[in-house]
Amino acid sequence: MKNPRLIPEPMPLELLDFFQYIRQLISDGHLLLNYFGSSEKLIYALFGKDGELKLLSAPFPISESYDSLTPEFPAFNMYERLLYEEFGILPEGHPWLKSVRNHLPKEEKHEDYPYLMSDSPLLHEVGVGPVHAGVIEPGHFRFICKGERVKHLEIQLGYQHRGIEKLFLEGDIREKSHLAESIAGDTAIGHNLAYCLALEALSDSPGAAMPIRFIALEMERAAMHLADLSALGTDIAYIMGQNLFAALRTTVINSALAICGSRFGKRWLTPGGVNYGINKEQADILRDTLKEVRAQVINSAEAMFGNSSVLSRFDDTGVLSSADVIALGISGMAAKASGIPSDARLDFPLPEQNSFEPFTIYSGDVYARALLRYREIIQSIDIVLSLLFKLDFEAETKRELGNFSPSSIAISIVEGWRGRIIHMIKTNAACEVVWYKMLDPSFVNWQGLALAMRETAISDFPICNKSFNLSYCGSDL
Amino acid sequence: MINILTILLLPLFLPGLISRVKAIMVGRKGQSLFQQYFHFFKLIRKDEVISTSASFFTRAAPSLALAGTLVAALFVPIGGKTALFSFKGDFILVLYLLAMTKGVMVFAALDAGSSFEGMGASREISFTAFLEPAFVLILASLIYSSGFSSLSSILGNYSLGGNDLLALIVGIFMILALYIMLLVESCRVPFDDPATHLELTMIHEVMVLDYSGFSLGLIHYTAALKMLIYAALIAQIIIPASCTFPLIAFLLITLGIGIITGIMESLIARLRMNRNLELVLVPVSISVLALAALIAKSIGAW
Repeated sequence: MKNPRLIPEPMPLELLDFFQYIRQLISDGHLLLNYFGSSEKLIYALFGKDGELKLLSAPFPISESYDSLTPEFPAFNMYERLLYEEFGILPEGHPWLKSVRNHLPKEEKHEDYPYLMSDSPLLHEVGVGPVHAGVIEPGHFRFICKGERVKHLEIQLGYQHRGIEKLFLEGDIREKSHLAESIAGDTAIGHNLAYCLALEALSDSPGAAMPIRFIALEMERAAMHLADLSALGTDIAYIMGQNLFAALRTTVINSALAICGSRFGKRWLTPGGVNYGINKEQADILRDTLKEVRAQVINSAEAMFGNSSVLSRFDDTGVLSSADVIALGISGMAAKASGIPSDARLDFPLPEQNSFEPFTIYSGDVYARALLRYREIIQSIDIVLSLLFKLDFEAETKRELGNFSPSSIAISIVEGWRGRIIHMIKTNAACEVVWYKMLDPSFVNWQGLALAMRETAISDFPICNKSFNLSYCGSDL
Repeated sequence: MINILTILLLPLFLPGLISRVKAIMVGRKGQSLFQQYFHFFKLIRKDEVISTSASFFTRAAPSLALAGTLVAALFVPIGGKTALFSFKGDFILVLYLLAMTKGVMVFAALDAGSSFEGMGASREISFTAFLEPAFVLILASLIYSSGFSSLSSILGNYSLGGNDLLALIVGIFMILALYIMLLVESCRVPFDDPATHLELTMIHEVMVLDYSGFSLGLIHYTAALKMLIYAALIAQIIIPASCTFPLIAFLLITLGIGIITGIMESLIARLRMNRNLELVLVPVSISVLALAALIAKSIGAW
């Protein structure tokens, strides 16, 4: 089984070999999935290629510094900044070393923050936030503009300090479903599934009711994409789209409510299986509802994408190039809309999952990200309908977890609606959890939004932002 | 008397009507038609918060803008056939009173020193600068066809009816130009979105971000009154001079404008900011066309 995966603790490499190996893996076409430091004073690097995962580790350098990989491979940018912030390991030569989630020691005063600034009289700065106009979550956006045109956008997050990774280590790790669901509230099912799969891999006991889990995951995807299409309609004052898609989203999340008692699918999944199965009667209602939703989504979307005033706003706005997607390691929706088929359902299929072919669109603009959502809504509904058709109502819904394997690392990868979610657990020789790491696609994808805004009108920022719809808390943790 | 009542009572009805129509169009129930009035009375009872970086001008601006617009409204035949006051050439005064209210609000936006408001002020000025020539050209067309006098009499003398095809075409041009000006001046879709919460996309709304309470109430009323002035200009072009119930005709036309605006707003998205210029240039070109047609007729080229 490749995903979720249990691997024995890797032997730490010599630091020089470690970086040599990283360069070799990247030139072999391996994709950087995660790069982080841990409390055992080790740097880990996770790579993937053709569904295979490679995990390497090396001890912290004694000099507490090493030559930064970011100038060579920009995908390391966020990870190296985080490594410096959390453990003080200095990536020397990093082009823009600044804080991610906390103050760095050199940033005690506000004036000391290394914001990008310009003295040119032609440019002006517009600072937005940290309090958001819609009072959603905190994030600071600094635009450097020439007139109405954005030259550079700097996104500074890190206002929340929830310490989720530490909270996972308090108490019984088997009872942290609620915590996994709150990593990013809009991806409750995605993160919970990744958490469940990681625990199941660690105890070598495959979870039950995988089809129901896939139904939950795809329903979350359809619901969130509908919410985003509605929000895109709001931002361009196209109230027809705003209201129709919002109503359809309610229908989908209310179907989840009917099954598990939560519109966001909270408490639906649990380590070992699911808390709430689907019986014959529920399956029939869900099937009828989703067929109706499917027909209405097609109607509403055809009207929206056939409206010239809508297309005039979406077309060619906020273009993210495929070269940037590859260089920064951007995953999921944002990558697929720029022509890169990055989808964990294709790259790292889960057990019992049907073969999957992602949609890709090449233009990389707001239009691509909106149209991709429409296509994925239909695709997700079709997946749910076919799973419901074959669903075994008598199957067991939950299995007991076995004992944890000692000195191992469990890795699970789930394609949430936003992109690739990675959860990792490490145990020591006494089978105790040493650390728990999670990665929300937002952490890396925020950089994509910053690049997409360059040379775009500042008044188009809201629809660009909404077309990515990234998570603040998923990045802040 | 009727003019004063309509000027005082009617303005806030129009935005309420538009949002009600929009709600019904997308299948919602919508707010009460009088919600804007409740909102206004709530605001004027409230205290204000004023930015510490603002000068006295921020306090004075809403009242100045209201005064300018109110005086301008007195010269416009709102409701009845004639305006309350009129003198020969008063339209120049109306034009510059309206320009002054805009100028006052733009200075107030710059006064508070927020980077958002400066952006809004720059947008407001660069777009609406094109409306002033359009307004002058429309007045010129009217004067050309009915002689130089006061605003209320040149509007009163002009009539769409009869067998005069040219007057009909020119009239439709002028109505179209005035309607687009109404949309721009009152920040409606597709030019601006009055319902948005996104500061970066706002034009007019962003200029008043620092206002609250009593001042904000005045600003809402002023904006609605401005919209009514444009609606009245359109109505007076449509209503024939021989109309026996001008007030009823005026109310029906205002109602129609509100409903049409509501329907249009539900069907289209707003324009990209850099394409707004195309929209504000339409009234200028249409009014040039109308004036050209009239001149062509008088020199016998028609």
